[in-house]
Amino acid sequence: MAESPSPPLPPLPKPYQDTAAYWEAAREHRFIIQKCKDCGEYQFYPRGVCSHCLSSELDWEEASGKAEVYSFSINYRAPHPGFADKTPFVLALVTLDEGPRMMTNIVDCDPDEVRIGMAVTVTFDDITEQVTLPKFRPI
Amino acid sequence: MAKAMREVAIVGVAESDLGRVPDKSKFQLSAEASRLALDDAGLSVKDVDGLFTTIITEGGQFSSMMMAEYMGITPRFTDSTSIGGSSFVVYVEHAAMAIAAGLCEVALICHGSTNISDRGGKGGPVSQSSEVFGPTQFEEPYGVSTVGSYALAAQRHMHEYGTTSEQLAEIAVATRKWAVMNPKARMRDPITIDDVMNSRVIASPLHLLDCCLVTDAGGAVVLTSLERARDLNKAPVRVLGSGEAHTHRMISQMPDLTQTAAAISGKLAFERAGLTHADIDVAEIYDSFTITVLLTLESLGFCAKGEGGAFVSNQRTAPGGDFPMNTQGGALSYTHPGMFGIFTVIEGVRQVRGECGPRQVPDARIALCNGTGGVLSSTGTIILGRD
Repeated sequence: MAESPSPPLPPLPKPYQDTAAYWEAAREHRFIIQKCKDCGEYQFYPRGVCSHCLSSELDWEEASGKAEVYSFSINYRAPHPGFADKTPFVLALVTLDEGPRMMTNIVDCDPDEVRIGMAVTVTFDDITEQVTLPKFRPI
Repeated sequence: MAKAMREVAIVGVAESDLGRVPDKSKFQLSAEASRLALDDAGLSVKDVDGLFTTIITEGGQFSSMMMAEYMGITPRFTDSTSIGGSSFVVYVEHAAMAIAAGLCEVALICHGSTNISDRGGKGGPVSQSSEVFGPTQFEEPYGVSTVGSYALAAQRHMHEYGTTSEQLAEIAVATRKWAVMNPKARMRDPITIDDVMNSRVIASPLHLLDCCLVTDAGGAVVLTSLERARDLNKAPVRVLGSGEAHTHRMISQMPDLTQTAAAISGKLAFERAGLTHADIDVAEIYDSFTITVLLTLESLGFCAKGEGGAFVSNQRTAPGGDFPMNTQGGALSYTHPGMFGIFTVIEGVRQVRGECGPRQVPDARIALCNGTGGVLSSTGTIILGRD
C-alpha cells in the first residue's frame, strides 16, 4: 500500500562553525547563548566574534529560557511549502531575560491570546532527528 | 564634496514596460528602461561611463558586469551595492559623488525585474530552500517572510503609540487616488478604508491592501554634471542633498522596530541640502507596506515619533491634501518589482520637472525621495530640486 506523501519540511538550519554548538545543545533540549569574556555582553544569534566589541573570546552559557514577547504577528500565509499545514502560526520576537532579542514561534496557546509583554518560556520542538527548534510558550 | 555633489543633475528617467511582461527578461526590461532614460536626456549609451545596478534574483550574480556586458558599456566607475530596494536611491548619492569627483561623467542607474512572471504569474511564496546556511537560519525555520517582518514592526508601533489599522489604511486609500490619475498604474479602481480593513489579513495586523503589488518592471535614471546637463533635452534636476544608512539585515536584529535608518539618512540629506521639512513640495516614500510609509515619515522627522497615524489621517497624503505623497500610485498601486527604489526617483524627477499631467503637484520645485530596503534595514534619502 502506497504511503501518503509526508508534507514538506520547513527550511531547516544547516549548522556551521558559529552555530554548531547552539544547534547541538538544542537537540539535547538545552538553550544556550553566547556571552563575551571581554566585555561581558550577551549576544544572539551566535557569531564567531562579539558584536559589541569584536572579541573572539566567547563563552556559551545556559540561558534561563525566560523571555517576554516584544512583538508578534499571526501569519495566515505560508512563506514556504513547509508551512502550508501550519497556518495560522505566530511569528514572534522575544526579548530574553539575559537581554538579547530573537525570532521564534509562540506555541501551545491560541494565537489570539498572544500579547506584547507576555511572559514566555522556552520549549523544544523536535522537527527531525537532527534538528530541534527552540520555541516559546506562555508561562 | 557634499557641496560639489549639488553640481550634479538627473537628466533622464524612464520606466520599461510594467505589470505582467512574461515575454521579456529582467535584463531586457533594465536595458530598455536605460535606452528610454538616455533618450529622455538626449544622450547615447556610448556616453555612459558609470554604471550602477543590482539584481538579487536568479541570474543576477556580478550584476554590474553582467548588465554592462549586456548593453555594451565599458564603465570606468561601477557599483553593485546591494542593500535591497533602497539601493537605487543610494546609487543617486554614489553617482553624484563619482561625477563630482571626476570619476565618471555620465552615470546610468538601471533596474529590471520579472518578479511576477518568475512566480508563474501568481503572488505568494517563492522560497523552496530546504536548508539554510548563515545567520538567516535563526529566522527562516520559524516562517519569517517579508510581510511577516513588517507586520512585527506594525504590531509594535500599535502597541507603543496606539496606531490603528484604519490609520494605516488611510495611506493605501490616498495612494490609490494618485494611481487613478496615472495610466501606467496597475491598480486604478478607487478603494475605501473599509475595503482595506475588510481585505484578508496576511500577517496580522497587515491586510492584503496594506501590501505592495508584485509586478514585472524596469526603470532607469541618468545623471551628469550640471554644466553638461544644461545643454541637454530636459530641465536639469539637481541632487541637492542625500544620505544613506543601514541598521540591520534581519528583522530580529532591528535595534528599534519603530524607527528606520531614515532617521540617519534623512537628517544627512536635509543638512547637506540646507533645507527643512517645510521646503519639501512633494514626497516619494517607498511603500512596500503601509507601515513602511508611516515609520519613514516619523523617522524623516515630518512628524514626531508615534504621531505618524495622526499625520496621515484625513487623507492628508491624497491629491489635494497638504502633503502630496507617492504621486504615481506607489508600490501599493502602481508597480513593485521586488525593489521599488528607482521608481521613487523617477517620479520625484518628473514632479520637479512639472511633467506629471493630471497628477502634477502644482509648482513642485523640491522633491524628497526615500528608499527602504531589506526588512526596514537600509535607507537612502535624496532631495531633488529644479535648477
